[in-house]
Amino acid sequence: MKNDTVKLAHGSGGRLSRELVERVFLKAFSNPALAPLEDSAVVPAGGETLAFTTDSYVVTPVEFPGADIGRVAVCGTVNDLAVKGARPLALSAGFIIEEGFPMDLLGRLAGSMRRAAAEAGVSIVTGDTKVVEKGKADGVFINTAGVGLIPRGRALSSSSVKAGDAVIVSGCLADHGVAVMNARNRLGLRGGIKSDAAPLNALAEAALRRPGVRAMRDITRGGLATVLNEVCGACGLGAEIEESALPVAPATAKACALLGLDPMYVANEGKLAVFCSAAAAPAVLKAMRSHRYGRKAAVVGRMVRDPRRSVRLLTAIGGSRVMLMLEGEQLPRIC
Amino acid sequence: MTADRFSSPLWRDRALAASAVRRMEALAAEAASRSGGQLNFMEVCGTHTMAIAASGMRRLFPKGLRMLSGPGCPVCVTSQGDIDGVLALAAVPGAVIATFGDMMKVKGSGGLDLHSMRERGSDVRVVYSPLDAVELAAAEPSRQVIFVGVGFETTAPVVAAAVARAAKAGLRNFSSTAFFKLVPPALEMLLSDPSNKISGFMLPGHVSSVIGLEPYLFVARKYRVPCVVAGFEPLDILAAVNMLLEQVISGRPEVQDEYFRAVPAAGNPAALKLMREVFSVRDADWRAIGRVKDTGLGFSRAYARFDALKRFGIPRKAAPEPKGCLCGRILLGKAQPPDCRLFGKACTPSNAVGPCMVSSEGACAAWFKYGA
Repeated sequence: MKNDTVKLAHGSGGRLSRELVERVFLKAFSNPALAPLEDSAVVPAGGETLAFTTDSYVVTPVEFPGADIGRVAVCGTVNDLAVKGARPLALSAGFIIEEGFPMDLLGRLAGSMRRAAAEAGVSIVTGDTKVVEKGKADGVFINTAGVGLIPRGRALSSSSVKAGDAVIVSGCLADHGVAVMNARNRLGLRGGIKSDAAPLNALAEAALRRPGVRAMRDITRGGLATVLNEVCGACGLGAEIEESALPVAPATAKACALLGLDPMYVANEGKLAVFCSAAAAPAVLKAMRSHRYGRKAAVVGRMVRDPRRSVRLLTAIGGSRVMLMLEGEQLPRIC
Repeated sequence: MTADRFSSPLWRDRALAASAVRRMEALAAEAASRSGGQLNFMEVCGTHTMAIAASGMRRLFPKGLRMLSGPGCPVCVTSQGDIDGVLALAAVPGAVIATFGDMMKVKGSGGLDLHSMRERGSDVRVVYSPLDAVELAAAEPSRQVIFVGVGFETTAPVVAAAVARAAKAGLRNFSSTAFFKLVPPALEMLLSDPSNKISGFMLPGHVSSVIGLEPYLFVARKYRVPCVVAGFEPLDILAAVNMLLEQVISGRPEVQDEYFRAVPAAGNPAALKLMREVFSVRDADWRAIGRVKDTGLGFSRAYARFDALKRFGIPRKAAPEPKGCLCGRILLGKAQPPDCRLFGKACTPSNAVGPCMVSSEGACAAWFKYGA
């Protein structure tokens, strides 16, 4: 333990990230609001219930097709609130800026944050800036926090998911991660792959207006596979996912095949996983599809009794295999 | 060339797959009665290993038909000594190591990997192509940029192109390792062991698109073992297995090309020419097998100045394998990952002991990630 250090893989959003949080922070901060380790903490406030969350953003490059670090920073926090059924009340933004960072780029990022917040119907009401010496940060790091109000009677939790429940995803997976990788490494992949970064609070509300939704998750780093494993761990069930039902845009699927990436583990910034009763699924799906960020929503599988709490993929050719949490980082292969 | 020809959803069509599986069951029953028992087909290439596991295909294979993983994952076959060489290069003051991501986590005999070298201050960068490393060298003339060249006939021509470009541009601050291995001699190594139980080879599509079919003829003629070059989509693999079964049944082994949409019989003459100009055949150090004569590629005399080990005076040494690790036997098709006592316990992808677990295309990583 003494020579143990933090590895890049501890930040990948997969199993090691969870281990780091459990080993260091959960142990140090231990309290009931933190313990479930969901997208937002649920905090009582007088007679009301608040959702509270924070997230830091580190992306190279800061601008990429479809979005930029500012939009992602606002959407990520709005979405962490939205999946707990909360309506966002206010956001904060903190900036760690490397000396020499172009002022006009910073202005563009701020404008992008304002537009994303306006779209979500929330304001950035407080903030902080720090400037560090050249080389002590990579351009700009942004932290956002958000507080939201959970309407009475709403209690979404991964632990309430039941056997037989349907698993819905809100649209095409893996676009964000592939778009950023393409921009970062100038891979020149064509097909117009763009980040999906979007505020999903209105989409979540649309789904929640139908009865039967038991839990929602924001599918970000670690991808759908990691989210499903976390939900299975929390509710004590397994999941069966139909490979042929998974929405992945053809250009993204090709890019993943080329790079040796599995789209189930690639990051998204504008996708929800919704867990609802099988009976409610058609109505929830219809409500989601009527929203601009849910047009490609699809039922991709179901929750099943499984003492091993495993996520199984029923493959397109009729085979089946497990889908574990992300192990380490996803690295492109040699050939 | 359209990508659709290579990866259309048709290559994963459920009805076509079901009919291929039915045919496989019938053929396997007949082949087993001819050959008298267990059939062991070896997929030589790591990309096939991953494709078989990711498509959940293992459950569809009939009883008595087993796919073994062979020595075709670039990271897996790289010897412990060569990994130590890479780590020694990473410690050269002021050097930039440019590498494919797969090599980041392979531990040297001292327990360090390129990740931990980076934590300790080495400049290690993941690139997607060796040509990126040449651009890096051109952009940073005051730094020595060293590319980690490992792999087979798929990667060697690309590295050759990078070296040739650096030579043309007169770059004195670019070099590469040349730990390249050749697939046909690897097959010969496996077959010359009289205890091998290989009933057929599923040959790598990528490598074959460079070298063509001719270099494999000895397998069918001298060793009488069926060969099929296969693509990487699930239906490619099912079709290739059926073609192998048909060869077993007919008793007339040959080299067939299932992946003819990408693999011409003559391979890629331009890539071969470049590869033979920059590199020449030499002895290679194989993980768990040791040094084998004329099974790899090193720099040719004309390009010897680009050899990173020579430039920085790093000797090529042998080093022992990690204790208890079965990677060597797995690479030879003599064991399967779950046979290893370390598998899934002391050895997992985030804390890998052997290279077959480190590499995203290694047999152990495939079994761990996708299950049986």
